[in-house]
Amino acid sequence: MAISFTVNGSQRDVAGDPDKPLLWVLREDLAMPGTKFGCGVGLCGACTVHLDGAPIRSCQTTLRDVAGARITTIEAVAQTPVGKRITQSWIALDVPQCGYCQAGQIMSATALLTQTPKPTDDDIDAAMAGNLCRCSTYLRIRAAIKAAAGTGA
Amino acid sequence: MSAPVLSRRLFLSASVMAGGGLLFDMAIPIAQAADASAVMLTAFVRIMPDNSVTIGAKNPEIGQGIKTMLPMLIAEELDVAWAQVRIEQTVVQESLYGPQVAGGSRATPVNWLPMRRAGAAARSMLVTAAAQLWGVDPARLTTGEGSVKDPATGKSATYASLAASAAALPVPDLETVPLKAPERFRIIGTPIKGVDTPAIVAGTPLFGIDLVLPGMLYAVLETCPVFGGTIKSANFDAIRAMPGIAHVLTIKGNGQAESLFDGIAILSESWWTANKARDALKIVWDTGTLTDFSSAGYEKAASERLAGKAETDIVRAGDVDARFSAAAKTVRADYSYPFLAHAPLEPQNCTALFKDGALEIWAPSQAPESGRKLVSTALNLPPEKITLRLTRIGGGFGRRLMNEYMVAAAAIAAQVPGIPVKLLYSRRDDMRRDFYRPAGWHGFSAALDAKGQMTALRDHFVTFGKDGKAARAAELGATELPAGLLPDILLEQSLLATNMPTGWLRAPGSNALAFAFQAFLDEVAEAGGKTLPDLLRELLSLKAEVPMGRGTFTSARAIAVIDKVCAMAGWKGGKGAKGSGRGFAFYFSHAGYFAEIVDASVATDGSVTIDKVWVAGDVGSQIINPLNALHQVQGSVIEGIGQALSGQKIVQTGGAVDQGNFDDYPLLRMPDAPEMDVAFVTSEYPPTGLGEPALPPVIPALVNAIYAATGKRIRTLPITADMLTA
Repeated sequence: MAISFTVNGSQRDVAGDPDKPLLWVLREDLAMPGTKFGCGVGLCGACTVHLDGAPIRSCQTTLRDVAGARITTIEAVAQTPVGKRITQSWIALDVPQCGYCQAGQIMSATALLTQTPKPTDDDIDAAMAGNLCRCSTYLRIRAAIKAAAGTGA
Repeated sequence: MSAPVLSRRLFLSASVMAGGGLLFDMAIPIAQAADASAVMLTAFVRIMPDNSVTIGAKNPEIGQGIKTMLPMLIAEELDVAWAQVRIEQTVVQESLYGPQVAGGSRATPVNWLPMRRAGAAARSMLVTAAAQLWGVDPARLTTGEGSVKDPATGKSATYASLAASAAALPVPDLETVPLKAPERFRIIGTPIKGVDTPAIVAGTPLFGIDLVLPGMLYAVLETCPVFGGTIKSANFDAIRAMPGIAHVLTIKGNGQAESLFDGIAILSESWWTANKARDALKIVWDTGTLTDFSSAGYEKAASERLAGKAETDIVRAGDVDARFSAAAKTVRADYSYPFLAHAPLEPQNCTALFKDGALEIWAPSQAPESGRKLVSTALNLPPEKITLRLTRIGGGFGRRLMNEYMVAAAAIAAQVPGIPVKLLYSRRDDMRRDFYRPAGWHGFSAALDAKGQMTALRDHFVTFGKDGKAARAAELGATELPAGLLPDILLEQSLLATNMPTGWLRAPGSNALAFAFQAFLDEVAEAGGKTLPDLLRELLSLKAEVPMGRGTFTSARAIAVIDKVCAMAGWKGGKGAKGSGRGFAFYFSHAGYFAEIVDASVATDGSVTIDKVWVAGDVGSQIINPLNALHQVQGSVIEGIGQALSGQKIVQTGGAVDQGNFDDYPLLRMPDAPEMDVAFVTSEYPPTGLGEPALPPVIPALVNAIYAATGKRIRTLPITADMLTA
């Protein structure tokens, strides 16, 4: 019995183990590898996607959990007005180093600005503390969020 | 479902292209040309019919920016506009491209001239082609933005129109081909964004983990948690019977950590399915006495060694004993630091296909040619039967200088001919199957005369190794400063046995030695009634130059960055307001000179806040890409702070590693990333690398700041709150 949900606006029906994490459904069943595997236990944030607009860890969310839900991933986040501003800001400030964590960073940052258009430093810390960057691009992530929010670099 | 996500075509090398006239001994062009009329000029440059230029990037990209930086050098001398340039990762073939290694911050010094010469050679051939076409002296022609121009006649020809005839010309002598004077640089020295940044931001597949080939199976590999353990038996049949499991394979190791350990590989169309099946795996391991190795055992053995005589001298200069006998004052302190993991965010992975007696490998490796040699030996396959392609790499930090995942992927693929296999480690695999930054212990003592001058230094270094030789990345060199400057110095060592695989972590050796030496020297400076910058200036005045490894340490360059950072921060010593302090450190590594100052505050609960960091560095005459240079320094400094403050410590119990994920091996997170001011001091020396040398000094600068704030010396890493509340 396939489970139906939408990914980036398209309806998808995925058959298989309902316990399979959304992360692996996206990567393996839907050929969307933009969402990254980092830790598998919700500690690093690399797998962050939006479920009905809220940032979630797709490694901790099963196929069963997303039945009927609206999922947005890095592949399409730039199609939202906030996601577009965030990704443009990421490019303008050349945020990535290795780039592996950045999909998750962008998804968390987009969710933050959607909820809180003018975040304070504390808001940014709270929203982004769950996303690890092993290259330590944190200073530019913070600056890029502020630039996208129009609150200064 | 199994549709190729990364197009195979992008990776496949092409036959020689029409109009090719391939120069150098060109076996494989940089990639298949989309257009048959594209022309290769040198192994790195392909001129396209629309006058765009494709430049080959040969080195592994791990986030250090090399995929952008090396092509900048070529584009500069080719004299094209950066907007005309497209960049492609080359295959791995050192005979054609030269060294293809991401390690030791070596890419800049190694490639600074060769890459520029490759671009200049191609430009020279295009100019000659135009001169022949117009029947004029090439000396009167100029170039710019991808055209050759004749100022006397106003004629102009695009590189594309000249490429075919240029390709038929002989390659100029690379040693003498004229290079631009630095004042004419238009790309070098300008801020250029990462070439893959737009693709990263769009979620485009780029990394090794993203590569999907038709019919590919995923593999997980279970190895003995006790390093070096071998398989006695396993419940293969039970695992084979599980739904979704395609193969369960025995991997017979060769006992070498850097090559192949015994393991059981489980293959499935889904990595998640294969990984889940491991829960049911029951393996009986033969671990012999390997379970005797433990961190607690090393601690005990190290303190016993430090209390006794050292085994061997590393360097013994002057008469240290006499200096200590005559000393007005002595300082003695022991320092230590733990094993560290690399923990790159992309877990180790490698994709391999064994077909018709040949291997094709897609590897996120920092040292792919070394991997090819290991695979060749382990599988008894000639190197020419192994095609090796690089993917973008989700963090290196030295972890992927080792290639055991490549050997394992190849060994698995060899058992299922015709089926592509992607081996992917879980996070726990990655954490527990690393090549760890070795722990170390230092017993320091220093002698001072009545004027507070340091007259002698002794360090008994306890490290890992056997047969008188320190393990990989566990060495202390005979040129460790102040050796070479201070006339009376004794560095000596004792070795502990271990089964822990050790390896190079970003700024290897230096990331630990800087902490121990610069923190102890801060103690010596205080005992002599001075600050650490002043003590270092005194030492640096003893000798202008010290021969060191591949090059020479120049004292004036060190003094210049020390002076610079002190000026930036307004250094007047370490004392700050109550609970806050300022620390300084200098370190020379990877040919880079870095002085750093940290302002830190310590709360009553022992928590440490970094208020600001100042960095001054000298990496030679030219910062090639100022944007990426700043990023490398910021990343290095924050990584160093993370090592000291985030609780990073790999502990071994019963021969195996305890830590398994980011809960028990925490990385620094965004709220703890400090403000930073970075300045480069340019000098007359050729440019050197920036991936590593900014990291080491921040750790001693931090512990020296904590001392200034609290009066408590941090002599063991990582820093924990209880050290500051006791």
